[in-house]
Amino acid sequence: MTPEATKTTAIKATGLMKWFGEGEAKTTAVKDVNLEMWFGEMVYIVGPSGSGKTTLLSLLSGVLKPDAGTVIVEGTDIWHLSNDKLADFRLNKVGFVFQDYHLFPRLTTAENVAIPLILRRKSWSEALVEAKKYLDIVGLASRADLPPVKLSGGEQQRVAIARAIAGQPDILILDEPTASLDGDTGHAIVTFVKKNILNEKRCILIVTHDSRITELATRILKMEDGRLTGWEKGGDQ
Amino acid sequence: MKGILKLAYKLLVNDKAKFSALLVGITFAVFLMAAMTSLFAGVLNRASATVINLGASVWVMDPAVQTVANTIGMPDYILDAARSINGVDYAVPVYTGGALVKLADGAYQSVNVVGLDDTSLFGRPRLMQGKIEDIYGENAFIVVKDTEFAKLGNPRIGTEFELNDHRGVIVGIANVASSGLFGVPTLYTTYERALYYIPNPRFTISYILIAPKNPSDIPQIKKQVKALGYLALTKDEFMNKISTFYEFQTGLGMNLLIMTVMSFVVGLSISGQTFYTFVLENLEKFGALKAIGAKSRELILMILFQASFTALTGYGLGIGLCALVIYIAKLRLPDYAAVITWWNLGLALVMVIIIAAVSSYVGVRKVLRVEPFDIFRG
Repeated sequence: MTPEATKTTAIKATGLMKWFGEGEAKTTAVKDVNLEMWFGEMVYIVGPSGSGKTTLLSLLSGVLKPDAGTVIVEGTDIWHLSNDKLADFRLNKVGFVFQDYHLFPRLTTAENVAIPLILRRKSWSEALVEAKKYLDIVGLASRADLPPVKLSGGEQQRVAIARAIAGQPDILILDEPTASLDGDTGHAIVTFVKKNILNEKRCILIVTHDSRITELATRILKMEDGRLTGWEKGGDQ
Repeated sequence: MKGILKLAYKLLVNDKAKFSALLVGITFAVFLMAAMTSLFAGVLNRASATVINLGASVWVMDPAVQTVANTIGMPDYILDAARSINGVDYAVPVYTGGALVKLADGAYQSVNVVGLDDTSLFGRPRLMQGKIEDIYGENAFIVVKDTEFAKLGNPRIGTEFELNDHRGVIVGIANVASSGLFGVPTLYTTYERALYYIPNPRFTISYILIAPKNPSDIPQIKKQVKALGYLALTKDEFMNKISTFYEFQTGLGMNLLIMTVMSFVVGLSISGQTFYTFVLENLEKFGALKAIGAKSRELILMILFQASFTALTGYGLGIGLCALVIYIAKLRLPDYAAVITWWNLGLALVMVIIIAAVSSYVGVRKVLRVEPFDIFRG
């Protein structure tokens, strides 16, 4: 029995295609991508700018509809779901850490983390109590009542991670998590994610072109011109 | 759902600069709209003061009458004819007209004289001082203590004056529901004395006041009066006729309408623009919410709540400010005619709801178009 045979599939994409524009301006961003990811993995998608990494990430996470192909997440073809079901899928199954964090500057740190819980119809006070638990996990319990603008870049990144995991998603998506951070902080953040957030029931997908953190990946998928050009095992294999 | 609304509330009010700008815009617009319409309502209310104060349910008049002050005398036989109509309980004449009185200090003052039916004194005011039967005394007049009272030198019972070279004496001080529009004091006396003191044309009855036996008799009374060549109107119809005159034949209504529309446009522009900017600045955040899993209808609900909350808060502040300004104005200017009615409140509310609807429509369109993918793309 191969190691893959014992793993549970988190995401399976087949024949994924995505293009933008019409006529002569038509650009194919993702070309016939086939891949499979398992729970317990931290997979990196790497490649040069414009290679289609972020587009692929969006197709896999239910954010951008492919022009062809299927994305099966835990047995469900997500692109056959209605808009409401797809929104529920993103809310309940996926956690996002955006490149620019997209924290709400007018809310406190705890309120930012509570947003997915509020969208899940939890009461305000209940969501805040729970949000503080996740802030504690990322080591920011003492910053719960501060607005995000009072935090450093690394701390804001951790708040974004706390918000992403607040809904206990099966799939965690991090888009360029180290892009706005210095080398040490970026490394520390991804190390933290690997140690504290990754588990056997979760698949973490990271888009990056930061070579300093590749040692932390389980697998690294390489992209170029919209195609998967290969993969290699990460530093922990 | 409460959590989502609270989230929308916090996103709105925590942006203090934008929220203040929105509130100022809507408050200012509501204040202007309420001030204009309440001024108009006050003018209309005062224009119908005699109708309100005399309180008759049916008024008979010459068809050419446009306002209660613009009387056209009717011959006595109309009174007799009115009294003979089936369904009329009683009908009495009333005289209203202007006159000039000479005060004790030699000054002259315009007044409005109301001559009540000698037998019934129908439409008499409520007396604060004096006895109503004293109106039958020699040269007797009752003065209304309203905002114009001081123009007669704050008279007391026994104060004398001259009216058309006749001696007049105050025998009672009364109050009424509504002061007149033209800023002159009002004197009540008997119908016969009014005719005797004030020079008149051949026909002397200003109005015939009718009390029907039953409200259901009114259509029949109106029909019979019309057959006589005159017009019978209920109290409300007469007030509407007066309002219509001031609204459409004096320019007053149109000018105030233009001011109200301008206030609405100003409010709509300020609030719409500010709310649009607010949504625009938060567009990425709404996109992030969409990516996280917020449904479109939840985002619409948030925007509608934000627009409604701002609009209603601004509405309350605007109405409050208008009431305060009217109160202060009346302390300084007793003749200031503005009055806030349910109609004013309703109109301003409808206007502010339209402002909120237009503002949120613009925001909703923008938010519905934002794609979560744009958040990834930056």
